[in-house]
Parts: sequence; structure tokens; C-alpha cells
Amino acid sequence: MTSDNIHLDHKIICSIIEPHSRVLDLGCGEGELLYPLVRDKHVRAQGIELNDKAIQECVKKGLSVFHDDIESGLREYPDASFDYVILNQSMQEVKKVDCVIQEALRIGTKVVIGFPNFAYIKSRFALFFQGKSPITASLPYLWYDTPNVRFLSIKDFEVFCAGKKIRIVEAHYLGEKTRVRFLPNLFALNAVFVLTNHGYEPQSKMQGVIPSATRDCSTNQFRCTALSELEFHNKKR
Amino acid sequence: MKKAIREKTNHNSIGVVETQYYTFAGPGNELNLESGEKLSPVTLAYETYGTLNSDQSNAILVLHALSGDAHAAGISLDDHSVGWWNDMIGPDKAFDTNRYFVVCTNVIGGCKGSTGPSSVNPATGKHYALDFPFITVADMVHAQRHLIDHLGIDKLLCVAGGSMGGMQALQWVASYSNRVRSAIVVASTLKHSPQQIAFNEVVRQSIMADPSWHEGDYYGCGQPEKGLSVARMIGHITFMSDKSMEDKFSRRLKSDRFSFGFDPDFEVERYLHYRGLNFVKRFDANSYLYITKAIDYFDLSGMKLIPFRKSISTRFLIISFKSDWLYPSHQSQEIVRLLKNRHADATYCELSSTYGHDAFLVEIKEQTTLIKHFLDKTFNGYMVTGKHDI
Repeated sequence: MTSDNIHLDHKIICSIIEPHSRVLDLGCGEGELLYPLVRDKHVRAQGIELNDKAIQECVKKGLSVFHDDIESGLREYPDASFDYVILNQSMQEVKKVDCVIQEALRIGTKVVIGFPNFAYIKSRFALFFQGKSPITASLPYLWYDTPNVRFLSIKDFEVFCAGKKIRIVEAHYLGEKTRVRFLPNLFALNAVFVLTNHGYEPQSKMQGVIPSATRDCSTNQFRCTALSELEFHNKKR
Repeated sequence: MKKAIREKTNHNSIGVVETQYYTFAGPGNELNLESGEKLSPVTLAYETYGTLNSDQSNAILVLHALSGDAHAAGISLDDHSVGWWNDMIGPDKAFDTNRYFVVCTNVIGGCKGSTGPSSVNPATGKHYALDFPFITVADMVHAQRHLIDHLGIDKLLCVAGGSMGGMQALQWVASYSNRVRSAIVVASTLKHSPQQIAFNEVVRQSIMADPSWHEGDYYGCGQPEKGLSVARMIGHITFMSDKSMEDKFSRRLKSDRFSFGFDPDFEVERYLHYRGLNFVKRFDANSYLYITKAIDYFDLSGMKLIPFRKSISTRFLIISFKSDWLYPSHQSQEIVRLLKNRHADATYCELSSTYGHDAFLVEIKEQTTLIKHFLDKTFNGYMVTGKHDI
């Protein structure tokens, strides 16, 4: 991805986030997005990141980050813990996308998702005319050396949201340097969606209540032990 | 000694430090212990580094591990030894003494100047030995709170420690959260696991099986050196990782062939013997019994760290090490899960060291990066570097 493009999606996300809100960034990297949000919007920020070197860079910027996996690191949060949960350029690296998005919608009032569009015109050309896996500004990896495990288009994502009854509050489409307004599934390199769980009734607003096991992305037994204790205390009350 | 000379010429060393003593809990003001017993009087040995600022906002309490003491940094005036966390505490180091006022104190139950089983019981004029009351990590922290009051500090910038020191840091949050702005917990746990309790029980049994232990009443006739030495050898096995042992010793022999006897043949055996023998010169066997029991009792799981419905403003930095199997990462992650659930502002990082549990004493570079900036954020708020403009 070009630096202009990075700036563009970060700019769009920064314009979406309300000042002083509570923000969780999943796969926050070195805090390139969280840092300006904290500095300019004074958000209460928390990151989750798997790379320990990146965590050190976050801490240098004064950010709070958990060394954890996106797929297993959300379960402990009570419902509606954050105003925004951000999944920018990390969803395509997640295996259990459905589960992570549902969890993000549970713990965040709104979910901001940014991802590269696999149906971008240059990708289509590469496949159709060259017969090769596409390499674009937003999908810059060779097939054998990519962190991405999910390849989706803007249309795929819209169909997914409709099927899951997830409401799309905002949609932003990004080209190399500017926004794309015409045929985004063909001309956009990246998309940023703001989602909410339309008609979703929180299970409980009581702090400390643990979500049902059906939403569990993980089978970590230690987590279960710790949480069952919390659950026990909550039930006692 | 060589280390001390090198330390004296080092520009970012604290230099020579003198241990100080604070005695409190005199008759009528006894320290109430968790067991229901009382302790009086109580002396705490402590050292301080750096200068307390005018609004007392730069004080950090550093908490030591099982066999540690108040001498965390600099060169001791008494024996010229270098402090146990000297690489982390000093000018421009992780705990920067140019900016912060750092306090370290020996725990009660210890044997390095604070009241413990080897102290003289004023009621009898004899060493406490097993008359010393059982203490817990909470009791250690309550005693420390008296010292912090005495030093005129209302709110600590940070409580920080590794292993048992991390347990004390957590206990500070549990007992006095409104007096702690941040907590750094390294290679530690919310509660001792059965495996950790089991190791401690073997350690205690090895001391108590030594005939020289005399039911704890050995003062004046020499301590149970064999038992204590074996106890420490067990400890050192648990402090290292399989990899760090391989790197350090492999199967190297002391001489060029097997002795076909039961004297140590291998370097690793010699190392353990050396560590064991050194330890009996500096540590009291009964203190080892009492302190291991205190950490076995430690349990802040469930709602004990942060009470139900109580919000917490203390910031946390949790660090674990990949190769640490004595206090494995999943125990630090259990702390993290609890903090997530309670919306605490926290950072957790698992560092990829091969040194096992010892890593918290030797992995300086990465710990320094994390701790230095975490403290800076706690002390000053966000840094504006201007490099990350959008």
C-alpha cells in the first residue's frame, strides 16, 4: 500500500471517530492509527497486537496494548465496552472472520472495518489477462508470502453484512490517492465500513457479565477458568 | 568485587548507597497480621535512590523477589555488593533516578534487616525462630505502607516488581488502589498454582529434613546448611529454562572424564552446588520457609484484585517471558483477562527470552524500553513526538 493510501484510510477513520470516545484497535501494529486518535481526538485507546516489537513501538508512543491474538483476545470484554472497535487492514489476516466481527459488534457500539478490495480493476486484469494472482497497492504480496488468508471484495462484504443482519452505517471507498464514488467494487483499492448490530439487544449491561460460549472464538482453558470465577461472583450478586 | 569497582567508575551508576531502617508498630500499635496474630515492633530495612520532588509525585516502590533485599541498586556501603536490579535502576536507566525517587524495602519475614524469624523477639530476648507469626503477601504490603507514610508519600507513581515482587505490586493495587498510579508486574501471577506450591513444599521439606534445622531453633549453633542448599538448588533449576541450561552447561564435565563416583561430574552439578553453598552464607533457612509459605497463600483471583463494581484508575504494565515455566505466560495472561474485564488501562507484552524465570533480572534492553516509556506516560501523559502526523 502506498503511503498516500495509508494516510487516506487513517484520515477517514480519524474523521469517523468521535472525540473522547473509547476505542479498541485490533491489530494496531505500531500504533500508526491509534496515536493520532489519542493526540487529536483524545480518545481512550487500547490496542491488541501480536508482534512484540510493534508493541514496544506502541509503548514508546504512550499507547496501551495487549500482546494477544485478535481471534482469542476479545472474549473477556463485557458487552459495549467500547464506542468503536477498529479492524483496519487486519480482518483479511483473520481466519474466523465471522466470529471476530460478531465479537467486535458485541463489545463495541460501532465497528470500523477497513480492508483491501480483491475485485479492484487491476486485480481483475491480472487474473483475466495475465492469469496470475493479482498484486496491487492494497494487496502487495506474492501468493506464497502473504499474511492474508481471506480475499474478499466490497460486494462480498456487503452480502455478508446483509446475511448476518449487520447494519452498515457508513461506507467509504478509497482509490490510490482519493475517494472513489463511481462503481466502488471495480475502482476502489480499499474500503472502510462502519457497522453496528442493528436491532441488537445487549445480553446485559452489568459489568463483568461474560458473553455466552456460543460466541467464543477460542478454546483456551485458562480463560475459561478465570472467567468462570468472575461469572460465579457475578451470579452470587 | 570487580563488578563493584566497575560500577564505581560507571557514569550511570547510583554510586555507594547505605541501607536505612524504620521501626514502627510499637506497643499499643502492633501490626495486625492476616493470620490474626500481631507483630511488634516491626523494622523495615530500605534504600532510596534519587530525590523526592516537591509534590511527592515521583515516588516508585520497587519490590523484591523471594530471596531479594532492600539493596536494589548501587554499591552497598557495607559489603560493596551491587544491587539486584542495578541494571534497571539508576540515572537514565528504566527507573531513571534523575527523574524518579525509587524506594526498595526488604519484606517482613525476611532476613536482610527487616523483622523476620531470625530477629530477636523483644518479649523473650531470643530469636523468634518458629515463634515468628505466619505472614502473607498482604502483610508485607501493609508493613510497606507504614514506610511509605513515614517517607511522606501519599500516592506512589508506581509499584513494580518481578516474581514475588509482582505479587506485592498486585497486592498494593488490591489493598491501596487509590495510592497507586501504576503497577508493573513482571513474570508473576494472580495466584500460586499447584505446581508452584508443590515446588515450594519440596523446598521446605528439604530444609526441615536437615537434622540441623532443630525445629527452627538453630540460632547460635549454625543453620541447616545442607537442607537450605538443596532448597536453593531446586530453586535454581526452576529459574532456568531447558535452553538456558543447554547454552550455559550442555553436558560439559568438570574434568576430562567421569569420576565414577557421586561427586559432581557435570558443570551443571557444580553450578548448583556453588549456588547452594553461596546461598546459605547469605540467607536464613526459616525466612525461606516463611516466605515460600506466604507466596503459596497468595491468591488475588476473582474479584479480589479489583472489587466488584469498583472502577480502577491504576495503569498496568504486565510482562512475561516465553521461556519462563515457573511463572508461565498464561499466568500473566490471566491477570490481563481480569484487567480487560474491568476496563483497566493496561499493557501486556510477552518477551521472547530464553533465560526462563531469571529473564526478569537479566533481559534488560526490552524491559527498559517498556518500563521507561510506561513510566513516562504515567508521569507526563502522552508524549508528542510530531512524527506521526496524519
